[in-house]
Amino acid sequence: MQTKDINENIAWAQINADVLRSMESPRMGYWIAVAACLAMVACAVVAEIYQYQIGMGVGNLNWPHMWDIYIATFVFWIGMSHSGTLLSAILHIIHADWRKPIYRFAEAMTTFSLMTAGLFPIIHLGRVWNMYWVLPYVSDRGIWPNYRSPLVWDAFAITTYLTSSALFLFIGMIPDLAICRDNARGWRQKLYTVLSMGWQGDDRQWRNFRKIYLLMACFLIPLAVSVHSIVSADFAMSIMPGWHITSFPPYFVAGALYSGCAAIITLFIILRYFFRFDEYMTIPILEKTCKLTFAIAMVWSYLTLIEFASVWYGHDLVAKESLMERFVGPYSPFFWLMLFCGIICPFALAIEKMRRHLPTMFVVSLLLNLGMWLERWMIVTPTLATSHYPFAWDVMWPGMVQWAIVFGSFGWFGLLFLIFVKVFPSVSMYEVKEMVFHRRHAHRPDLAAKFHRRSSDQQPGDTASGQPRPEGA
Amino acid sequence: MRRYYVMGLFSNFDEAFAAISDIRDHKIPGVTVDDVTLKSPIEHPEIEEILGDRGSPVPKFALFGAIFGAIFGFFFLAAGQAAFLVQPSGGKPVIPLPSNIVLSYEMLILFGVLSTLVGFFISARLMTKRHPLYSEKVSLDQIGIMLELDEKNVNPIKDLFKEHKVLEIREEVAR
Repeated sequence: MQTKDINENIAWAQINADVLRSMESPRMGYWIAVAACLAMVACAVVAEIYQYQIGMGVGNLNWPHMWDIYIATFVFWIGMSHSGTLLSAILHIIHADWRKPIYRFAEAMTTFSLMTAGLFPIIHLGRVWNMYWVLPYVSDRGIWPNYRSPLVWDAFAITTYLTSSALFLFIGMIPDLAICRDNARGWRQKLYTVLSMGWQGDDRQWRNFRKIYLLMACFLIPLAVSVHSIVSADFAMSIMPGWHITSFPPYFVAGALYSGCAAIITLFIILRYFFRFDEYMTIPILEKTCKLTFAIAMVWSYLTLIEFASVWYGHDLVAKESLMERFVGPYSPFFWLMLFCGIICPFALAIEKMRRHLPTMFVVSLLLNLGMWLERWMIVTPTLATSHYPFAWDVMWPGMVQWAIVFGSFGWFGLLFLIFVKVFPSVSMYEVKEMVFHRRHAHRPDLAAKFHRRSSDQQPGDTASGQPRPEGA
Repeated sequence: MRRYYVMGLFSNFDEAFAAISDIRDHKIPGVTVDDVTLKSPIEHPEIEEILGDRGSPVPKFALFGAIFGAIFGFFFLAAGQAAFLVQPSGGKPVIPLPSNIVLSYEMLILFGVLSTLVGFFISARLMTKRHPLYSEKVSLDQIGIMLELDEKNVNPIKDLFKEHKVLEIREEVAR
């Protein structure tokens, strides 16, 4: 049974070769996935063109259901984007080095999730040509956007998060892009030469690189929390029953981290298969990710129950009625499925035998994300169906156009992700080398004492072991 | 006297660090650790013990960017709100602090990140031409120690590198 996060004896040349090979020759499954994603995007494009021509009614989007699954899916994708921040920034700050082989694709997920999420407010507008009205720009009639509106906050927060997370992804890739530059030919070499920005790996560059990476991680963590708090404000700052809840910001943030971690498990298993990354995306690392996901799932479960309790004991009759409608109303099968996927399924992550079984984990991670998507739908739609005025009560199911666009958003995300992992290294080569280097030297107390400890640190014992060895050979 | 760039490539990192230690201990008169540029495939924070703390101005860029972002963000919003008095505010202040703080916070982070990035590009001297002695092996699995030296110190430094099992030595006349 594999117990180490990574094989410490792997040669550095092998790390470069494996990752660079992944950008050249993936399995056939990769190309099938690309074709499937393209087909899904095509469905969404056709549906959007139809909706644009005819109007929003073709998706069953009508009063009082003005938000429905477009906004639910928007919140879902924003939540998914928290994976990169959690895995990369938080685990970087706390020096959890097991993140190193898998953080790159998690950061890419963040960027592409935001690019997917950003489409939904535009699609949902109907009049897509007016989307620039949320930008902080004064019109020729002297009209500014209303800065008190959480919808304008969304525009600010998502723009900031997308810019910052894309830069974080890019900065972290520069040393690897230099490796690609040194090994590529043709158009790839030209691309990597431009993107690596003259990286030479000297101590000045590494010193400043260390600083910027840490600083950007420090910026990104509060940013991620603020972004999903602001998204929760879209709901919590209204007076709608089921939305006007104080615990919504932490509830949304926990849900975001939860769905992000579940998606990391899904993509971990897919990438491991497509690119034969068994040496880097190891079972012990998957286990750690699963344990982290389980812990977050329990926090989310607690906050879900707290939300019910606070509504129940709040004595707001309309909110209470709206809550009861979720348990026993027309949407109740989806609500109970959400509770099953979100609260019961994660217990599979607590069982070691299941954590180590890849097909089981793949299915469980999909179920967790199904639960997270249903959670967002169950926040948005039942409240709109049974709001303050009984004459406005209306149960409405999304039409084919809405489903096609939501379905296509998964294809869009998948397509961006699959292109990324084919053009850029999806495993961080230099960080895997660092991981291997430091783990090898952790077993060399004599050398650690001599070179790798600050004088103020506690010195290890003086038991010597082994002889110096070349790193790469 | 002509100046030379000399770079030794090592596969054993401990030997490379030991060579830098020897330079720091002035084993070659006239050559100091300040002349050393270390080229490595991975980050070595621990080498600062030997090279000395060379510092980085990137955190200052982050700080000034963040402060600028917060102040600019607030006044930008306030200016927009003050110039748009016809917007109904329902008896609330024209320039409301709670909502403006949320957006100023986002601006703090955005400008902090952008400024940090600019600071990194400047401090790390990116977007410059690669050094003629740059070796692709540094991006693979070898570590390079490069020095700019007077002609008389070239052979002693090569001897020092050989003592520490250097794999390859490259040199170039400095312009």
